[in-house]
Amino acid sequence: MSGDVPVLRMESVRKTFGGSVVLRDVGLEVPPHTVTALIGASGSGKSTLLRCAGLLEEVDDGTIHLDGEEITDPRADQDAVRRRIGVVFQAYNLFPHMTVLDNITLAPRRVHRVPRARAEEQARELLERLGLGGRAGDYPDRLSGGQQQRVAIARALAVRPRLLLLDEITAALDPELVGEVLDVVRGLKDDGMTMVLATHEMGFAREVADQVCFLDGGVVLERGAAEQVFGDPRQERTRRFLRRIVDAGRL
Amino acid sequence: MTVVEDEPGRDGADDGNDGNDEDRRDGPAGPPGAADPYVPSPRRLERERYRRARARRATAIAALSTLVTGAALHLLVVGAPGWPRTRETFFSPEYAREAFPKVLEGLWLNLRLLLVCGAAVLVLGMLVAVARTLRGPVFFPLRVLAAAYTDFFRGLPLIINLMIVVLGVPALRLQGVTVDPVLLGGTALTLTYSAYVAEVFRAGIESVHPSQRAAARSLGLTNRQALRFVVLPQAVRRQVPPLLNDLVSLQKDTGLVSIGGAVDAVRAADVVVGRSLNYTPYIVAGLVFVALTIPMTRLTDWVTARTDRRRAQGGIT
Repeated sequence: MSGDVPVLRMESVRKTFGGSVVLRDVGLEVPPHTVTALIGASGSGKSTLLRCAGLLEEVDDGTIHLDGEEITDPRADQDAVRRRIGVVFQAYNLFPHMTVLDNITLAPRRVHRVPRARAEEQARELLERLGLGGRAGDYPDRLSGGQQQRVAIARALAVRPRLLLLDEITAALDPELVGEVLDVVRGLKDDGMTMVLATHEMGFAREVADQVCFLDGGVVLERGAAEQVFGDPRQERTRRFLRRIVDAGRL
Repeated sequence: MTVVEDEPGRDGADDGNDGNDEDRRDGPAGPPGAADPYVPSPRRLERERYRRARARRATAIAALSTLVTGAALHLLVVGAPGWPRTRETFFSPEYAREAFPKVLEGLWLNLRLLLVCGAAVLVLGMLVAVARTLRGPVFFPLRVLAAAYTDFFRGLPLIINLMIVVLGVPALRLQGVTVDPVLLGGTALTLTYSAYVAEVFRAGIESVHPSQRAAARSLGLTNRQALRFVVLPQAVRRQVPPLLNDLVSLQKDTGLVSIGGAVDAVRAADVVVGRSLNYTPYIVAGLVFVALTIPMTRLTDWVTARTDRRRAQGGIT
C-alpha cells in the first residue's frame, strides 16, 4: 500500500473572488484512510477550500495533488479527476426530478457505464447500509433532511471515490437529525474512507478526525492532531475560537 | 502592482508575448499597496500563459473552420443550377433600391404597432394572469372567463383572428366602431398575444415557491399585497426571457395587418412586386424585419445569460 503518498496535497493555494482573498497560501496534506476536519468561523474559507479540492472552483495560484498527481494543471482532464472525488454539499443538491435510486445510479450508469441492473443492486445495498432500505423509489422532496443528506452521501459513494469531501453536511439539519448523518460518516471512517470535512460540530470533529485544521481569514492558522488542536492549541486565535464554541455549549 | 513588475519571474512571462497588458489585468486583485505581499508564482504565470495559448489556438481554429465552411457554402450556392435566374428574381439590386425606401416608410407603421400593441399586451396579459390566480369563490366567474379567454385565443390561428376582426368587423357597419385596418389589426394582435403573455406570466407566478407566499402572509400582508410585493416581482424577473421571445414574435406578426390593406413594410413591398413581378422587394422587407429582430434576440440572450449567472452558485457549473 502506498501509505506515504498523501491522497490530497495542497500547496500554497490561493483563491480570490473579485477583490477579496479567500484562501491565502494554504497548505494541507491528507494521508490515506484518514479524516481531516476543517474548523473555523463562517467565511474563513473552509467551503472554498473544499470546492477548490473538488475542482468546483479554479485556484488562482498554488497546486493541488490527488494521489501525487497535479490536478490543477490546466492540461489535466478535470472530469476524470472529479470522477475520483466525491462531494457532499450542505444543501444536499439532490436532483428533485429523479427518484432516490435514479439519483444514486446516475453517475455509475452514465459516467462509468455500469449496467442498470448492477448499478441498482449496488445502490440498494448502499441504501440498506445507510438505513434507507425502503426509500429507493421515493422522490427527494418526500424525505426528511437527514434522509436526503444520507441519500446525497450514498450518491457520492456510488462511484467509489478515492476521496470524499463533506461541506458542512449537517449545517442545514435539525439537531435530532444530525446524529443519523454523523453515524454514517463514522461508519465510513471505519471502512477506511479518506475524507475531508468542514464542520461546525466540534465534538464530532474531535471524535472522528485524525487531523484538524483551523482556518482563519483564509489561512490555515493551526494544523495538528485532534487532541492537540482541541486540547492544547498553540495559537491565541484558535484558543479564542474554541473558547467561544465552549461558551456556546457546542463542545 | 509595482511588486508584480519587479518580480524576476515576470521577465520570462513577457518574452515574445503580446498578452502583457492582459496579464497585468489578470493579476492579483485587491487594492494596490494593501498589506498583501502576494506575488504570482512562476507556476501561475506558466498556467496563464498556457491558457492564453489555448485560447489563441481555439480562436485560430474557429476562424479557419468558419472560412472553410463559408467557402464551401459559397461554391454550393453559386454553383447550383438555376442560380443566375434565382439571383435575378430574388436579389435584383435595381428593384431592391426601388423598394427599400418604401419598405422603410412602411416599417414605421410596424414599429408603432409594435410599441402600442406590446404595451397593451403586457398590461392585458398581466391582468388575465392575475385573474386566473385569484382565490376566493367571488372570483370564480372571473377565473373561468380568464381561462376561457387564454384557451380560445391561444388556439385560434392568428390569421383567422385578423380576418375576422379586420375584414369582418367593418362589415357589421356598427355605429362608432372604427373601420381603420391599423386599429383593428392592432386589436387582433393584442387579443392573441395577450393570451400567450398571460400564460407566460401565470407560469411565472406559479413558479414562485409557495414558501414565499407563506412568508409574506406570515408578515401580515394580504393575499393581494403578497402577490404585488413578493410574488409578482419574482415572477416577472424570471419570465423576462420568454416575454422578450413573445415580443420578437409580435414584432414580426405586425406585418400581418397588411391583409386589411394598411400600408406597412409588407404591403409596400407587395405593391412593388405587383408592378414588376420581381420578388426582390419581399426579400428586402423580410431582411428589414430580420434586422429588426436581431437586436431584440441578442437582448433576450443577454438577459437570459445574466439571470443564469446570478442564479448560479459560481464556480464551474
